[in-house]
Amino acid sequence: MTAEADHGIGEAVAARVERRWATLSIVIVGLLVGMATYIGIHQATMPQGHVETADPATLHLSGEFVESNLGSAVEADGSVTVRAIGQQYSFTPQCVVVPSDTPVKLRATSADVVHGLLIEGTNINTMLVPGYVSDLPVRFKAPGDHVMPCQEFCGIGHQGMWGKVKVVDKPAFAKLAAAKRRLTCVD
Amino acid sequence: MLTNKRLILAHFWLAFIVFGAALVLGAWQMFVRSPLNAWHFNPEFYYRSVTAHGSAMGYVFPTLVAMGFGYAITESALEKPLIGRRWAWAGFFLVAIGAVVAMIPVSLGLASVLYTFYPPMVGNPFYYIGVVMVVVGSWIWVALMSINMAIWKRENPDKPVPLAMFANVAGSYLWGWTAVGAALEIIFQILPVALGLRSTIDAGLARVFFSWTLHAIVYFWLIPTYIAYYTIFPRAIGGRLYSDAMARISFILFVVVAMPIGVHHLFADPQVGAGFKFMHSVFTGLVALPTLLTVFTICASAEIASRLRGGHGAFGWITALPWQNPIMLATALSLVMLGFGGAGGLINMSYQLDASIHNTQWITGHFHLIFGGAIVIMYFAIAYDLWPHLTGRALESFGLMRTQLWLWFIGMIVTTFPWHYVGILGMPRRMAFYDYANPAISPQAFSVVMSAVGGFILLLSGALFLTVLIRGQWADNSEAGSYRFAIPLHMPARIPAALNSFGLWLALMIGLTVVNYGYPIAQLMVLKETNVPAVYVGAGR
Repeated sequence: MTAEADHGIGEAVAARVERRWATLSIVIVGLLVGMATYIGIHQATMPQGHVETADPATLHLSGEFVESNLGSAVEADGSVTVRAIGQQYSFTPQCVVVPSDTPVKLRATSADVVHGLLIEGTNINTMLVPGYVSDLPVRFKAPGDHVMPCQEFCGIGHQGMWGKVKVVDKPAFAKLAAAKRRLTCVD
Repeated sequence: MLTNKRLILAHFWLAFIVFGAALVLGAWQMFVRSPLNAWHFNPEFYYRSVTAHGSAMGYVFPTLVAMGFGYAITESALEKPLIGRRWAWAGFFLVAIGAVVAMIPVSLGLASVLYTFYPPMVGNPFYYIGVVMVVVGSWIWVALMSINMAIWKRENPDKPVPLAMFANVAGSYLWGWTAVGAALEIIFQILPVALGLRSTIDAGLARVFFSWTLHAIVYFWLIPTYIAYYTIFPRAIGGRLYSDAMARISFILFVVVAMPIGVHHLFADPQVGAGFKFMHSVFTGLVALPTLLTVFTICASAEIASRLRGGHGAFGWITALPWQNPIMLATALSLVMLGFGGAGGLINMSYQLDASIHNTQWITGHFHLIFGGAIVIMYFAIAYDLWPHLTGRALESFGLMRTQLWLWFIGMIVTTFPWHYVGILGMPRRMAFYDYANPAISPQAFSVVMSAVGGFILLLSGALFLTVLIRGQWADNSEAGSYRFAIPLHMPARIPAALNSFGLWLALMIGLTVVNYGYPIAQLMVLKETNVPAVYVGAGR
């Protein structure tokens, strides 16, 4: 066999191995994307569907984010809606109270710059962008306390912007809700 | 054939000086935010420092490395002097002056907005003007790379463009287009407000524009590293490149799919709907492909080199690799960090998993491991490889180089692994300090100390790196010969036009960006009520 023919065989082998790897790579990526898609569709963990707006300049005057409407509200179907705003350098309410094992809708926005919130010990995590409303469905498994830091740089007081979330069991929450229209754990 | 050695050296030296200064800031930040620092301090200094560290490491340092390396590739791969030498110097001075113009207000505390800008916070206009000057200076380089390749192709109609130059031009196009997002944000949104011409700004739209730049900029940082993998590494260890065509496909894939994926940075944002988030998530998966292909090709190239040296066995060949060679060591350590960082990236790409770690220290850990780790360690390797050809003096302290590379690797692992861990626990990023007395936070204190120790190791490694280069300036003269790139194992007889030109790929790059960004941008531009009052930052405001 000549050296040239040898070279040709080697080249064919090299190309074949390479093609196999490329195919495997495509399968790996396809699998990962497929998994994310499946979970998104079947477990309904998808981002909010569309864009909602709220003017930070008039938040305190009218609409759902006026101060008297912030906190946890019980809806007719038994679910809970939590409304909150972030501002330099605190949340309102600074401590959120919610029932465990209940569908909760979290609606929040910012009154000034970009903030964010995450609730440690859960996968609840959203940005608060002034001008826009963040809306996400959440559910807390068990009673307990969580810290809720602002997770986006919002100015020189950013490191002090920590809220709290208090998860109480359903009967205790029902008792609290009977007494007040909007609940927080700061009052 | 390197003729413009001073030009190339100027880029690399300025890059490494900026890198050294930013590294000191980084280590200081690691210390003050950790429980090791018992003293109170002004948190504003921390955010000032983060702004300087991020702007220097993200915009100035890698841009200068890409530019300097790009000029070196142009002259040595095309075997002719650079066309447009005066323009190249103009670009260099624009970057240098821009960096100074940006850093003055940052140092004075007038622009502590972090390198990601984040309006409606708005700082001193000179910070943004400086950043724009850096970008415009780099666009001169983009144009020069394109012109040099076009003229060479006209002079050599029958030859394929050398791989190093092809990849270099791919990187320049990628950067030219991805920088447009942040440029639009600064020029049309932030600067009018910073200059006092307008008082409101759409923060959501600004974040969308910035995401266009923010992800693909990482691939711009990455391209010199990949060029080193493909064209320096196989030559340096005495082997051949496994496949020339697959290398070209990888670089083309970066050009095409690096841009239309940036919205994965906005998974938790309210201003982009679910549909486009899904699209960008899928494309983010695709951009893993060129990296998977690269890892295969580079490992196969290493095996070729090993077997030429007498290596044998299914895995035994690994021991026969020239581990004494700093380029071998740097590439291996880089691939390990790329593996960990890439796995983290695949986690970040899905909306569901991203929710657990979005804007936590996980993200800081992720991009330090990819950029600071896998990418920057190859910048060191490029400098070590290229230096003797630029200075005409040999770098002889191989032992010191290996120590430096190992320290960088260890430091990066010790810094970023605890960061990933506390990120999973939910520790938010970019905070000047934490209340470690809080029982909810105290379990994270030890990890933060670990990260700070890693930061000091990195600082030591950076100092060693500069020592090696400075010692090299005083070494004896020696002729390094012409600068060459790796030869493929099987030189393709002819290369399809698609793998030797960019027209089709640029059309796809721009087309896909328009498809994936057109609607979200148009929608927000139509929404007028989302312009919100700017919040000016800085002393005296």
